[in-house]
Amino acid sequence: MAARERNPLRQQQAAPPSAPGPVHSRVALRVNGRSHVLDLDNRVTLLDALRERLDLTGSKKGCDHGQCGACTVLVDGRRANSCLLLAVTLDDSEIVTVEGLAAPDGALSPLQQAFLDHDAFQCGYCTPGQLCSAVGVLREAAAGHPSHVTGADAPADTARPVVLSAEEIAERLSGNLCRCGAYNGIAEAVAACAAAGTPDRTPPPTPDVIA
Amino acid sequence: MKPFAYVRATSLQEAAAAYASHPGSRYIGGGTNLVDLMKHDVETPDTLIDLTRLPLHDIRELPTGGLRVEAGVSNTDLAVHPLVRTRYPALSQALLAGASGQLRNVATTGGNLLQRTRCPYFQDVSKPCNKREPGTGCAARDGVHRDHAVLGHSEHCIATHPSDMAVALAALDAEIELYDGEHGTRRVAAAGFHRLPGEHPERDTVLRPGEIVTAVLLPPPAPGAVSLYRKARDRASYAFALASVAAVLALHDGRVRHVALAFGGLAHRPWRATTAEERLTGAVPTDEAVREAVDAELAAARPLPDNAFKVALARNLARDAVATLVRSAPGAPPARPQP
Amino acid sequence: MPTTPDTPSALGSPARRSEGREKVTGAARYAAEHTPPGCAYAWPVPATIARGRVTSVDTAPATAVPGVIGVLTPYDAPRLGAADDPTLRLLQDLSVPHRGWYVALAVADTLEGARAAAATVRVTYETDPHDVILSVDHQRAYTPEEANGGHPAHREQGDPDAALAAAPVRIDCAYAVAPLHNHPMEPHSATADWDEERHHLTVHDSSQGAGPVRTALAALLKLTDEDVTVVSEHVGGGFGCKGTPRPHVVLAAMASRRYGRPVKLALPRNHLPATVGHRAPTLHRIRLGARTDGTLTALTHEVTTHTSRVREFVEQAAVPARVMYAVPDMRTIHRAVALDVPTPSWMRAPGEAPGMYALESAMDELAETLGIDPIELRVRNEPRTEPDSGLPFSSRHLVECLREGAERFGWADCREPRRQGPHLIGSGVAAATYPVLVAPSTARAHALPDGGYLVEINATDIGTGARTVLAQVAADALRVPLDRVSVAIGHTGLPAASLAGGSSGTGSWGWAVHDACTALTARLERHHGPLPTVGLSASADTTQSAKQKSPYSRHAFGAHFAEVRVDTITGEVRARRMLGVFAAGRILNPLTARSQFKGGMVMGLGMALTEHSTMDAEFGDFAESDLAAYHVPAHADVPTIEAHWIDEHDKHLNPMGSKGIGEIGIVGTAAAIGNAFCHATGHRLRELPLTPDRVLTALGGAG
Repeated sequence: MAARERNPLRQQQAAPPSAPGPVHSRVALRVNGRSHVLDLDNRVTLLDALRERLDLTGSKKGCDHGQCGACTVLVDGRRANSCLLLAVTLDDSEIVTVEGLAAPDGALSPLQQAFLDHDAFQCGYCTPGQLCSAVGVLREAAAGHPSHVTGADAPADTARPVVLSAEEIAERLSGNLCRCGAYNGIAEAVAACAAAGTPDRTPPPTPDVIA
Repeated sequence: MKPFAYVRATSLQEAAAAYASHPGSRYIGGGTNLVDLMKHDVETPDTLIDLTRLPLHDIRELPTGGLRVEAGVSNTDLAVHPLVRTRYPALSQALLAGASGQLRNVATTGGNLLQRTRCPYFQDVSKPCNKREPGTGCAARDGVHRDHAVLGHSEHCIATHPSDMAVALAALDAEIELYDGEHGTRRVAAAGFHRLPGEHPERDTVLRPGEIVTAVLLPPPAPGAVSLYRKARDRASYAFALASVAAVLALHDGRVRHVALAFGGLAHRPWRATTAEERLTGAVPTDEAVREAVDAELAAARPLPDNAFKVALARNLARDAVATLVRSAPGAPPARPQP
Repeated sequence: MPTTPDTPSALGSPARRSEGREKVTGAARYAAEHTPPGCAYAWPVPATIARGRVTSVDTAPATAVPGVIGVLTPYDAPRLGAADDPTLRLLQDLSVPHRGWYVALAVADTLEGARAAAATVRVTYETDPHDVILSVDHQRAYTPEEANGGHPAHREQGDPDAALAAAPVRIDCAYAVAPLHNHPMEPHSATADWDEERHHLTVHDSSQGAGPVRTALAALLKLTDEDVTVVSEHVGGGFGCKGTPRPHVVLAAMASRRYGRPVKLALPRNHLPATVGHRAPTLHRIRLGARTDGTLTALTHEVTTHTSRVREFVEQAAVPARVMYAVPDMRTIHRAVALDVPTPSWMRAPGEAPGMYALESAMDELAETLGIDPIELRVRNEPRTEPDSGLPFSSRHLVECLREGAERFGWADCREPRRQGPHLIGSGVAAATYPVLVAPSTARAHALPDGGYLVEINATDIGTGARTVLAQVAADALRVPLDRVSVAIGHTGLPAASLAGGSSGTGSWGWAVHDACTALTARLERHHGPLPTVGLSASADTTQSAKQKSPYSRHAFGAHFAEVRVDTITGEVRARRMLGVFAAGRILNPLTARSQFKGGMVMGLGMALTEHSTMDAEFGDFAESDLAAYHVPAHADVPTIEAHWIDEHDKHLNPMGSKGIGEIGIVGTAAAIGNAFCHATGHRLRELPLTPDRVLTALGGAG
């Protein structure tokens, strides 16, 4: 989805001076394949930059303190809580949000489709974070990352994918709270995609950031 | 959150110089705790010095057989590293028992060590807290303190350190490498890196102003040593420890050759159980011996009205951890049938 | 419901959520996701004393912050009109009734500026002694006229004291449920836009009912209803705490009007416990008298709870006892203490959730005492009519739920607790009930020339699937395929309808939609030739039918089964299996209904095992104010849950034959888990949640 035009009045009123002052910075972000150069107050988090400056409101603010996961996006291919990332620290980063998960023609990613098929949400507010987190889960498992519930006797071999059991999925997605209690549906949707081996359509991570 | 200037450091020297020339500055790594506290106005830096672009992202095997983990390595990368998983399972397990996948992807090794307590009074600037504002008092002592310290606390502070990783590092005899622009590099033992609150709960660690955590050094594992990390919490995942234990054990001829126990969630710092270790070293690790050793350690506990359960919890965790390690350690006595 | 032979019934089919695509692509916009030109940001300032008065507000440091537009204080905020709800009388006087009460509002060009400005507002206070701790023998406990929902606070039949004294078997137990927080994933948010030229206020609000928000805002801002538009298109959960207007929307509207700018206000998560309502703590005493065969002869359920000094809200936790079992001699009574605490409010199944925890725990204790299977005990006390009112039930299939649940769960095979290493495993059962509520609504249906149909109603979808099920109701009433129907909801420009609460939405709105579509069908049958370009329309208003007092007692019932694993080393309790069977009328959409049942059960799991809030005696606030400290269940806490239902054909409900299903899932879940814990360990814990501190203490710390 293309970002809507930012309205000129608001920019005029809210934007910092064009030359970054001591508490402002110019930040280049690539979001869902589109480049943006923003003059930002250093306090602006990635989440607020997305929601309030780029009109990408798919990423949600549930707690603003890394305690719920609704703001989860992919930063340089890895899932992260965008509410705890200062945008200024992410200069030149590649960001993928829920708006970037579907194909350019609008075709849903397998995970998105699975969320529909398994009724993996109710109110929908945690959903973008669950989806982005699930992309990360599938990648991490493919890269052989263990979790808290992976047996200590599992081979310490990052090249060998971890099989995503229901327990593994639940543990790995525990950073994404869902107050509607759609956890079973979410886990089923992720399991279906894990079994199909088709994680996502997002740009592949650069090789140096996923071990 | 107060406005702040931002400096992106590209070398340690540059970072230290920036610190020296910007009073009121703070270093930022992953920021998962610092930004959280800045939003609460608990942290109010004038300048943030970003360390994430420093070349501190490597995990290297040392000629001694140990491991050097640079401070910028993410909690995820440390936890999944094959050498960490095979040689220091307690460390990998501790990391994976903490926070969430997305937090671990961002949080750094250095930042994990430097995270602040989750005491609710510390996080709320409208309430007294000696750690946040020395001299204002400790609201937790007579307040809601189920999650607070049972060991080593002072009348000034009963906060606990929230890190899981640091507990494992303490048990693994890791060292923390520190750098400052004036004195260069020094090392301190992980078990001594965090302080007890005493008269100065505002100081979490022995870090000097401006000093930067540059690496964690893991010694080669003791021969035949096995290790694990066990944590108890209010929900099955994504919660801080009510209590936790990191345990390292090596046996020889059925006796304890090396043992290290560290508790999390009980004190202002990871609590290395030296009394228990001394009692166990050289002993046959029967459940009775372990219980006596752990009880001797926990005899020092001074629980508050609402957290006495932590003593029992810690005792149970430690006994179970050692028993589990005894079963898996090379040189263990033959397994007896379980009741 | 009539359908043409080639049009399969939409009702009863597992139609997927009609707004699903918007939700999985991030396109669905919630209240804070509208940014009108010139939008400003607001951040409220909570009081930092437990009780007293504001004596000064220094806004100078705040207004010096670059980009700050202004700070509203009790001294200069716009004067509000009459409010039915005193929690909405914001910044109108200097009194501070509890900690967290808003005493100022900072407004700035940016979110960062507003937050920083709010932090610099300096407020001084005069403090009064405060009292925030509930106790069962509190001196100021009183019996109110009514508890929430209009239920009489006190009901008595026969002579329960004499019956108890005469009973061969007695149970006398106290239970406690901690304060609980709704914590929907979307914090309360509003974007308010006052247009001075048009004399019109437009508000996007995160609310369970745009209509009541409009009514309240119009009264408070001294406008007419026509001057106010409220939109609640997508709402990130509510569970009761968005049921009526909350402070955020009033503050946003006040600020927009004062400063002539659109204003966006999203509450910080840690403000929610003090400002949007919570489930009040409840202290229960239950006494049961029974014969040795398990027949109940006496029942008393006495509830003590807190309310605030701002508004009385009394959690009706003794009410379900009036419905559940055949007992001739019964007393159910509520006592409240008005403390200097935040005002409690609705949280999913107010009354039933804590009340049935206590009652169903007591029933389990009775079964244990008598050595009777707990299912059998309940079956033996099945009433023929509603015990309190004497009315016949429109339908009641509790016994069938228990029997089918026992079969599916394998109840007979898990009557012996087990030990696996350090783990104790046990099973428990509990019953559930929730009333059928219905409220008047209106709806309009349009037949469009392109062959499509549009149904309009100011209903709200807070995650229930309202859009989807209303389209299903419409499709069947119109006798057309589901994909021909679109539904517009969540806007005060649409025909007025009741709020999403009390599990009444589908029944109330569906009735109006059904009637409008039936009327339209009749109109279309009379119409010949092509439709006019504006199409054809019909409206319905269910005020008459919905308000008609039913001669029946109407409730949904259910049975919960749980298997728990208790770790004797850590005191951690985890649910291994959960299963619910419900009798809730006709299930209109099995896909979304199952999610609703299971969602309620997950919240019940939280109530049982992880959720806990503590009133801080010194400071007067809830110590667990954020999502790190207040533990809503995470993925890893939740086992595979089964939700089933019994087909119920009840003609005394509404045209669809449905009962509400949004709340019954949480009712009884905590009791089933608590009973399973007792089964596993032999220890009865009578205070929730079952956290390691309590469990280890109960187990004597033994490993």
